Amino acid sequence: MIEVVNLTKQFGIKRAVDNLSFTVKKGEVLGFLGPNGAGKSTTMRMVTGFIPPTAGEAKICGISIVESPAEAKKRIGYLPESAPLYNDMTVTSFLKFCAEVRGLKGISKKEAVERAIETCFLNSVAQQAIETLSKGYRHRTCLAQALLHDPEVLILDEPTDGLDPNQKYEVRQLIKRLGETKAILFSTHILEEVEAACTRAVIVDRGSIVADGTPAELLAQSGTGSLTDLFRAVTTRDTEAA
Amino acid sequence: MFTIFKRELKSYFTQPTAYAIIVIFLLFSMALAFTFGKFIAVGDASLEWSFLFWHPWIYMLLAPAVGMRLWADEQRYGTIELLGTFPISTWKVIIGKYLAGASVWLIALLLTFPIVLTVNYLGSPDNGSILSGYIGSFLVCCTFLAITMLVSAFTRDQVVCLIVSVSICVLMVMGGYDDVTLQLAKIVSPSVLEGITALGVWSHFSSLSRGLFRFQDLVWFTSLISVSLLGTSAILSAKRA
Repeated sequence: MIEVVNLTKQFGIKRAVDNLSFTVKKGEVLGFLGPNGAGKSTTMRMVTGFIPPTAGEAKICGISIVESPAEAKKRIGYLPESAPLYNDMTVTSFLKFCAEVRGLKGISKKEAVERAIETCFLNSVAQQAIETLSKGYRHRTCLAQALLHDPEVLILDEPTDGLDPNQKYEVRQLIKRLGETKAILFSTHILEEVEAACTRAVIVDRGSIVADGTPAELLAQSGTGSLTDLFRAVTTRDTEAA
Repeated sequence: MFTIFKRELKSYFTQPTAYAIIVIFLLFSMALAFTFGKFIAVGDASLEWSFLFWHPWIYMLLAPAVGMRLWADEQRYGTIELLGTFPISTWKVIIGKYLAGASVWLIALLLTFPIVLTVNYLGSPDNGSILSGYIGSFLVCCTFLAITMLVSAFTRDQVVCLIVSVSICVLMVMGGYDDVTLQLAKIVSPSVLEGITALGVWSHFSSLSRGLFRFQDLVWFTSLISVSLLGTSAILSAKRA
């Protein structure tokens, strides 16, 4: 599970994340919504240990990411926003590399890679070079590396970004299925995904939480039964915030 | 760490970079040995002046070409975010990548074995001093590689990294070189001159290429390498904070 307490990140004079606190338990899927620049990716980067927080704490299964990063990172599967990959490798060799870095060896490594390829529907491109893959397949390869070691926590930054409607559907179903046994935090701009895959959602704006609840509660809060209306009501637009 | 090393080494050899550099190194080192090095003409059964002498001059231009992609690529393609969230310390990643770059150069150096066979066939050289010369050459190369790695951590741009690293390496090679030192002696004070020479590779490299293994040379090389690698770690952490 994920516990975030008063997490803050300051870049010079800009406060990107302002005293954020939330929890995600096992079996929960938390949707992280918000306009661009709200601090979603920065929060995820702090929770996964990529950047250190200015203040506050994040714990993965009770282990602090700041104090025991290696231990905490073992329990996380992370899909970064840009879905980075090593272009000079094939899908399988890349996944084998990630599995090895995570300490998997021999048969367990082979099985983990096969399982991840199956789960993410990469069978047809398993031997292909990554630089030749389409965006959808690249995204799924990066998602596959997050699943290799069967982590208790999944942190996915815009996992359906750039995917076609079929692929979006598959990924949402996958998240829903995995969410039954893991704690998942994923960010999105697509409000219909909240109802499709989340058990709870949080709207973040300019580094702080401005709405929090189950999809039903948020719909009720909007007054019009539309998440878009609620989103527009609680967040500031680019045209206003200057 | 070994996983990172393997991946990086494989990556060097699936792209043309490593092959191109090895071939160019071999061509230049051999060509220089037989032309300007006057290997045959001098008839001295040692590789010190004809062959090994040219290495730092070649390294100052080529070593950064191997090292420049080490961090610049990770930052540019975003894979640094993967590395930063894997359960592996930054230090291990640095060492793994560094060893991969050093291995490419080790292979390049080992491929110069024909000239060792030649000098043994033509005369009776002191093979111990040839070995120590090769060690010295490899250490100079590793030092330049470590410095390049440090510069590579500063920037996403490979070209900037190459230019800055080459400049530093050129200064280090020119700095201790006799002809340059003589010219500088006319302009700067003795203590400044000593300082510049201390940063130059020549005093340490030439003693090794003569077969003289001094502890202080080893210390010089390893300190520069360690400082550069530690600096790389510091820069990478500072960039994220």
